[in-house]
Amino acid sequence: MESQLPILLIVVPMLVAPLCVFLGKPKLAYLLALAAAWCTFAISVVLVGKAMESGPIHYELGNWAPPYGIEYVVDTLSGFVMLFVSGIGAVVLTYAPASVDAEIPRSKHILFYASYLLCLTGLLGICITGDLFNVFVFLEISSLSSYALISLGKSRRAPLAALQYLILGTIGATFILIGIGLVYQMTGTLNMADIASRLTTEGGPRTVLVAFAFITIGMCIKMAVVPVHHWLPNAYTYAPSVVTCFIAATATKVSVYAFIRVLFGIFNPHFAFERLPLDTELMILALVGIFAASTAAIFQDNVKRLLAYSSVAQIGYMLLGISIANETGLTAGIVHMFNHAIIKGGLFMVVGCFVLRLGSSKIDDWRGAGRTMPWTSFAWAIGGLGLIGVPVTAGFISKWLLLTAAFETGRWPVAVLMLLSSLLAVVYVWRVVETLYFSEPSEKALAATEAPLGMLVPTYAVIASTLVFGVWTTYSAGIASQAAAALLGAAP
Amino acid sequence: MTLDHVLGLYNYWIVIFLMMTGFYIVISSKNLIKAIIGLNIFQTSVFLLYITMGKVDGGTAPIIPPALADQQDVAHGDHTHGDHAHGEAAHAAADHLDHASDHVENHVGELTQHAQHLASDAHAASEAIIYSHPLPSVLMLTAIVVGIATTALALALIVRIREEYGTIEEDEILALDRRA
Repeated sequence: MESQLPILLIVVPMLVAPLCVFLGKPKLAYLLALAAAWCTFAISVVLVGKAMESGPIHYELGNWAPPYGIEYVVDTLSGFVMLFVSGIGAVVLTYAPASVDAEIPRSKHILFYASYLLCLTGLLGICITGDLFNVFVFLEISSLSSYALISLGKSRRAPLAALQYLILGTIGATFILIGIGLVYQMTGTLNMADIASRLTTEGGPRTVLVAFAFITIGMCIKMAVVPVHHWLPNAYTYAPSVVTCFIAATATKVSVYAFIRVLFGIFNPHFAFERLPLDTELMILALVGIFAASTAAIFQDNVKRLLAYSSVAQIGYMLLGISIANETGLTAGIVHMFNHAIIKGGLFMVVGCFVLRLGSSKIDDWRGAGRTMPWTSFAWAIGGLGLIGVPVTAGFISKWLLLTAAFETGRWPVAVLMLLSSLLAVVYVWRVVETLYFSEPSEKALAATEAPLGMLVPTYAVIASTLVFGVWTTYSAGIASQAAAALLGAAP
Repeated sequence: MTLDHVLGLYNYWIVIFLMMTGFYIVISSKNLIKAIIGLNIFQTSVFLLYITMGKVDGGTAPIIPPALADQQDVAHGDHTHGDHAHGEAAHAAADHLDHASDHVENHVGELTQHAQHLASDAHAASEAIIYSHPLPSVLMLTAIVVGIATTALALALIVRIREEYGTIEEDEILALDRRA
């Protein structure tokens, strides 16, 4: 039983999803989905514990030895990502019912929970698989279900937002598929470790370059790196609040994970950063992204859209860490995936509470809500501090590591720009705080009551964790630095 | 690169042509359904890319021809039993081997010889058949399923968009949104 855990991680949510549909009762479906989500989280905790203790776990599907069969691998990096994805998946689902009742028609509830579980399956699958083609399949499982989830939004713009995401997402995935095909053509294998040992990047054929270009661009679309981020703000804004919480916290991060895997695990940093100028390119894109998106965030009058632009900016910080490419930089990139996931997940959960009580995510309707919804507003303030990167919050840890990495490699202009960009974050976070606490209450705010406990408790659990992981970093930055060392050590 | 070389790669030229056609339709079409069909063509080109790379000149589908499979079965059965060189074993083997059964009854040694002959026949036959690489085609089965799911979902979304806005032209939808 215990040796079968890696496959159960995928099978449990995948099989419970159709089971939810067959049951046909929304309440039962919810309880089942909730149990499956927490079960998945428990499995990943056990898996990560084992992987940390006794090295990477390799699981051969159907006992077919790799490279012929598909292999699942749990190592430090994949375990870490898996852990927070399943954790957030479970917490958000715990938080969901009240918000789902308010925002999604009752007839769609069952399908919502089923799609949610499928999305979780896809995201976890990307983390755990050691097979390159499998990455594409899981990527599509998670993407297709997230298009469906986004289209459930109340606004009539939701289906169009989902369609725009679908078109760009499919182009990205197809680019990745082309890249995988070319890599397969060069190596004759799809197992990641096997590809890494067979791929000649030094003076090899041009096909390798083309493959790398296709995969990189495809991943950039999925990560919403700045010039190709267009799908993200609309998708996050018009999706139901619960969906936004989940997708904003996990989907782009898992794409970043897949990118790190491809960059460091299959190709090598020497090829990408020394033979090709990818580090400079990524750094420029990251910095442009941070400034452009943060500035755009300041001028939004919808809080969901504001946070969406801020997400685009935060992806920039992760890329910045990756592009610095020394151990500290990579650690910063990896740990920021986690820190940003809990911060942004928490903030979107706060937005969900406000949307439930005020019926709107427009900043005008939020005026003075600090008086009638003090707890929810306070959670925003704490989460906002994390987003800015104030000491004692998780955001500070990643920014500190990024700054250290920038100084280690003598890139002080990057460090200065990073500090300046944090000021932009101060502006957009403060704008909302000011609206909540220091303006005359709107009619909606006066009529509002505090969010229900069922939503507040999970929200505070996530928000509190941003404080916990701002002080106690054994299981965030600690694991991340181990993962970074393993990635850079594995590369020649 | 000679002309022959360029023409010899004609499958890849078709792939690139389809890919660019599809991609162009996706980015230029304001009609949502046209864009989705473009997306479909774009995906289809990748199927062709994979299948082309798995194709071996003159190769067939990797299915063992039934005649050869039977032959190998027989040869295999003979081989194991023939080694024992006992009348009983030979009898069992003879059940498989209709055309040889008349001679076999009392001539075990002859049977062994015959089995070896058959085995080498089967070996030669399997060498003569060239198979295409099956894996890329199998991968594409998965990709086709993904493509169908994507198209179906996209069309379903367009139905909902049409219900809300009464149009499937992106310009008109955006104009309606701005007015609202």
